[in-house]
Amino acid sequence: MDIHEYQAKKILSDFGVKIPTGGIVYSPENAENKAREIGGSKWVVKAQVHSGARGKAGGIIVCDSPFEVADATDKLLGKKLVTNQTGPEGKIINRIYIEEATDIKHELYLGLVFDRSSESIMVVASTEGGMSVEEISKEKPETIIRSKIEVAVGIQQFQAREIAFGLGIEPKLISRAANTIIGCYKAFSEHDATMVEVNPLVVSQQDEILALDCKMSFDNNAMFRRDEISELRDKTQENANEVYASDRGMNYVSLDGNIGNIINGAGLAMASMDMIKLAGGEPANFLDVGGGATPEKIVKAFKLISMDNKVKVILVNIFAGINRCDWVAEGIVQALDKIKIEVPLVIRLAGTNVDKGNEILKSSKINYIEASTLEDAANKAVKALGK
Amino acid sequence: MSIIIHKNTKILVQGFTGKIGTFHAEEMIKYGSNIVGGVTPGKGGMTHLNLPVFNTVKEAVEKTGASTSILFVPPAFAADSAMEAADAGIKTCVAITDGIPSHDMVKIKRYMRRYSKDKKMGLVGPNCAGIISPGKSMLGIMPGHIYKEGKIGIVSRSGTLGYEAAQQLKDLGIGVSTSVGIGGDPINGSSFRDIIEKFEKDDETIAVLMIGEIGGPQEVDAGKFAKENMSKPVIAYIAGLTAPKGRVMGHAGAIVSAYGESAIEKVELLKECGVTISKNPSVMGDTVKKVLVESNLN
Repeated sequence: MDIHEYQAKKILSDFGVKIPTGGIVYSPENAENKAREIGGSKWVVKAQVHSGARGKAGGIIVCDSPFEVADATDKLLGKKLVTNQTGPEGKIINRIYIEEATDIKHELYLGLVFDRSSESIMVVASTEGGMSVEEISKEKPETIIRSKIEVAVGIQQFQAREIAFGLGIEPKLISRAANTIIGCYKAFSEHDATMVEVNPLVVSQQDEILALDCKMSFDNNAMFRRDEISELRDKTQENANEVYASDRGMNYVSLDGNIGNIINGAGLAMASMDMIKLAGGEPANFLDVGGGATPEKIVKAFKLISMDNKVKVILVNIFAGINRCDWVAEGIVQALDKIKIEVPLVIRLAGTNVDKGNEILKSSKINYIEASTLEDAANKAVKALGK
Repeated sequence: MSIIIHKNTKILVQGFTGKIGTFHAEEMIKYGSNIVGGVTPGKGGMTHLNLPVFNTVKEAVEKTGASTSILFVPPAFAADSAMEAADAGIKTCVAITDGIPSHDMVKIKRYMRRYSKDKKMGLVGPNCAGIISPGKSMLGIMPGHIYKEGKIGIVSRSGTLGYEAAQQLKDLGIGVSTSVGIGGDPINGSSFRDIIEKFEKDDETIAVLMIGEIGGPQEVDAGKFAKENMSKPVIAYIAGLTAPKGRVMGHAGAIVSAYGESAIEKVELLKECGVTISKNPSVMGDTVKKVLVESNLN
């Protein structure tokens, strides 16, 4: 789960990390007042969408007067911001963050992630703030500092100091910088985060260490014990069909193609998408209805796929284990009784009682194309597109 | 022999009396697995499915001599149960539970560092289908009948894709020594490398089919291990050729975030390690057969 910049910064400040003074607004009038309240002579108006690269996309505007702040807010609110991370459909701007402008001396990069090789938390830092970590590792890999943290005892002062010295921080600011790094680590470990990225972390002309931008992601599996984080979820930033699916216990990812998929198991779903691609088609989605594939889940899956008007063919691929194919087939028949499908339907069943399952489908009224193997299913789905 | 579980392996079910634990315990007993009891804190002294229920894993191990456990405990309590098993002297624990927080998985793995190598529990999963040694014992939630007894070792992240492979092999008349599901989570108990190392040491296994997916370093680590240390052929399929970068594909671990983690990159790196690649998921069985013929192992 992702949260907005202003929410992430609030969390950081709870752990002693300094952030520029700012506030969230929902209207231009609000914005003008907020700018006066913050004071100073320069402000930054920041579109709150779940994406990086907002600056390049026009989502961050520097202003010299409260009137300009109001104008900039008016320009951004209600628009869709299209960045290189949002896809062509963009993301809606419903909230604006107004912040005092910072006089920057140095821009740095600080990120925390789980490192899957060492199975620990890794702090990644670089003197090249403002660039993405991918760009840094491609263009300036020598500037990257990596530090593995022993999770049982947490980050130590010396580790934070080493990182700070590595970033070239002046000696008089070292303890301030170390405390900032420790604050970020605590935010990560105490809220079940999977990623905390402060980019840029800056040293200001006034020698303050400030988090100028922050992104955070959290472990969905841990949200049962993180009410205060779950509350920060903003569904307007997510694909509507993906929200519908996740609310119903299904894994769904919207893609660009036109062959809709209903599959049980994440691995089999990925494999089926691969087969579609090899057969010359493009999947419209990834959909894992869960290993079980109960009739109720299948009804919901058909409903979900029928909401996507890109879909020109539907491919159902179920490997029934303990839930026998005859049961799955009955689920499909029930689903198609409730939901009208206008596009060709290819069904491949495999596993327990496959013959019985196919028999049930054949003797029903549903109009479909039967497939035997994964390959056969993908070929038939792609062929059905042409019809 | 098979790996990890054999005909007489004594098994405990953690989360025994719950709905899911009960259902799968019955399936395992039907298959012939040697289930000796279960653990549900607070229900010790009860009899469930004609077997004893214990309050603690320690007591269950003392009374039954169990060496192995399978865990159906809900996510919020699963890490605690896995550590309890490790402390009670369980040798292998399979965690079926889906949805354990990553921070908890890291905690379990750190906790287990307190045991010396010979006393350390092997954790398999979480979020996996479990282990089956066909014809001998089933320690998981798979449909047992799709596995034919034989000589191929299977190790897979995905449950259903593992079933697909077993079915393809069976259709070709090829059997399986043991099939291990290691699960789709980013941080898991046993890695591909841990499992293929066991297959290399197993007399009965003649070749290994590894079914991986996008995300993480484990498939390539296993490939490197195979190149240096294995005499048996390794065949691999990597799912997620079409997966977009930066999106989680169902399994929390299936996300491409670094070089070498996309399906194409993994396939290239594995080929360099001498692993035979099944070019699509429909020919996993055929590819194994071809390798067996070429290596005169048929």
